[in-house]
Amino acid sequence: MRILVIEDDLEAQRYLVQGLKESGHVVDEAADGETGLSLALSRPYDVAIVDRMLPRLDGLKVVAEMREHGNSTPVLFLSALSEVDDRVKGLKAGGDDYLAKPYAFVELLARVDALMRRRSPVGVKTRLDVGDLELDLLSRAAKRSGTDIELQPREFRLLEYLMRHAGQVVTRTMLLESVWEYHFDPQTNVIDVHISRLRAKIDKGFEAPLLHTVRGAGYMIRAH
Amino acid sequence: MRTKPGLLQTQAFRIVLVYVLLFAFSVTALLFFTYWNTRRTLDRQTDQIIEAEITGLGEEYRHFGLPGLVETLRSRSLHQGQALYLLVDGLHHYVAGNMDIWPQISRSTPGSMVEFDYERPVNGKMEARRARGRVLAVPGDFALMVAQDVHDRYLTERMFTTTLPWTVLLILVLGAAGGGLMSRNMLRRLDAINRTSGDIIAGDLTRRVPLTGAGDEFDALSDNLNRMLDRIERLMKGMRQVTDSVAHDLRTPLNRLRNRLEESAARLNASGALKSEMMAGEIERAIAETDQLIATFNALLLIAETDAGTARAAMSPLDLREVAADVAELYEPLAEENKVSLAVLPAPPAGVEGNRSLIAQALANLVDNAIKYTPAGGQVRIRTALTEDGVDLSVSDTGPGIPVSDRPRVVERFVRLEASRNSPGTGLGLSLVAAVAHYHNAELVLEDNMPSGLKAVLRFPKSAMRAVPGVPLKSAAE
Repeated sequence: MRILVIEDDLEAQRYLVQGLKESGHVVDEAADGETGLSLALSRPYDVAIVDRMLPRLDGLKVVAEMREHGNSTPVLFLSALSEVDDRVKGLKAGGDDYLAKPYAFVELLARVDALMRRRSPVGVKTRLDVGDLELDLLSRAAKRSGTDIELQPREFRLLEYLMRHAGQVVTRTMLLESVWEYHFDPQTNVIDVHISRLRAKIDKGFEAPLLHTVRGAGYMIRAH
Repeated sequence: MRTKPGLLQTQAFRIVLVYVLLFAFSVTALLFFTYWNTRRTLDRQTDQIIEAEITGLGEEYRHFGLPGLVETLRSRSLHQGQALYLLVDGLHHYVAGNMDIWPQISRSTPGSMVEFDYERPVNGKMEARRARGRVLAVPGDFALMVAQDVHDRYLTERMFTTTLPWTVLLILVLGAAGGGLMSRNMLRRLDAINRTSGDIIAGDLTRRVPLTGAGDEFDALSDNLNRMLDRIERLMKGMRQVTDSVAHDLRTPLNRLRNRLEESAARLNASGALKSEMMAGEIERAIAETDQLIATFNALLLIAETDAGTARAAMSPLDLREVAADVAELYEPLAEENKVSLAVLPAPPAGVEGNRSLIAQALANLVDNAIKYTPAGGQVRIRTALTEDGVDLSVSDTGPGIPVSDRPRVVERFVRLEASRNSPGTGLGLSLVAAVAHYHNAELVLEDNMPSGLKAVLRFPKSAMRAVPGVPLKSAAE
């Protein structure tokens, strides 16, 4: 996958590029807004990671320009600005996701993966499968090996999000943002408790667990 | 928030009212003076004519005696004019003159001018008229009345006295109406300034007072205010830039530090040596510490922003019950794990204007604290309540509570009570709640929960209350 990184802090840029390359991506980098914009418009990318404050051309303007030129590459904003209204501004300017600095690399990687996944259209799915776990999005019913699983509405949304990103690392923040629509970190890790509840419902009594904890990163649902 | 002054309370209206009263008084005084002066002049003229008549008649009497006087009176009475005469005998019987009946005045008051009513035919009809004259005693117990008809003067005078109160009333009414209009106009201009100031107080520094282009004092004032606002906005922007760069300059090195640590941890894990394993653990701890630092820093920034009111977080009408239900849902499993019962008590709709994310975060902090400090088997209750002053959103627990003397202190930044020194947390939880409350013009109040524990209340004022979609606005006072 081709990724464009526009980041003016060279140390952070080097770290980002190296990390992404190690994860098997092809990466181009730019250190200012103008260079970044011309790169974004001249080559196809699967994801662009854009810092919010850039020399010569502000990150918001870079993305706005990209959108004006009909470029729909998913954009992940990185921002070191204070957060109360910055996220909204970033998303309004055409960004697809927003990550506040400082961030953990696993968080960034999980979000980049999610953005790429979003890009490849899979059509309207009415059913999600992971191994022998099925989720019917229309009747809102879950089954594992044919056995019905009772889920609370929020548990259903949590499972749905995990299954939509099956095989991908999903961080606690991503879950909090997508399933609960909260953009803050609760003092205690409440997500872990929700996950262990869900795990008790879908994995208990089955030999092969589906819901895995990825140490230092988050969670992943996969068949093996 | 101060209430808008009523029309009667405005300075403009008061000034106009005083002016109108003064004006009405002056006009009345002036008119009275003119009236009095005119009447005096007219009376003096009438009196002179009467005196002349009397002198003439006296001459006649002196030369020709009573018959001469009667003769003269008869000849003068032939043509009816302004002059009136009546000569009566001791029994008030008519002797001569152009009046028939002695008027309702005493005949024994000779010398001074008197005014009286009499009747005379006008166009075949008897008409009551006004006259002014003098009574003279004529030897032989006769009495002579020499008078002038002053009915026209009397009518004018009457008209004057009846119209004057109306005139004054009209002046007062017109004056008050004019004053009202003027002060309303002034009020409107002032209102524009007040509204702009209100918006600016609420945090929107881009607002400016509109100019009418009339070039009057108000425009001058507005222009000055606008220039002042420009200056303040520049200063504020400068300050924001400082905060932004503080954020940037602090977060960037923190980020780098974290990157480097993660990198080394990964490298050490890969090499797999026993000694490196220990080092990896060390580094992971350092990462956890850094994360804590970041959390603290984020909270601090959020507090600073919400406290200063510089953040323009999107405000919308929301039902506090929904926020409470969402947060309770998020924390319910954690409460269960801690063997604490968590519930939202049923309540009527509680609509306020607010930022969902900020209020949810504040409530999450309160619930988090409550669960943390409540022993197993305890209860945490979230409740919304309409009060006479607004809406309360409260979290009560059955934990140890906070001593009254410590309550003001725990809201301060970084203060953690001795008893909780060893539990995790940034020490910013309650100050963040207080900042969010402040941002919403609300108040964070810590109370005793009966019979034991702490009750933290977010007290939203009445002005923050809103009707939420599908739910009518109601308050306890109604």
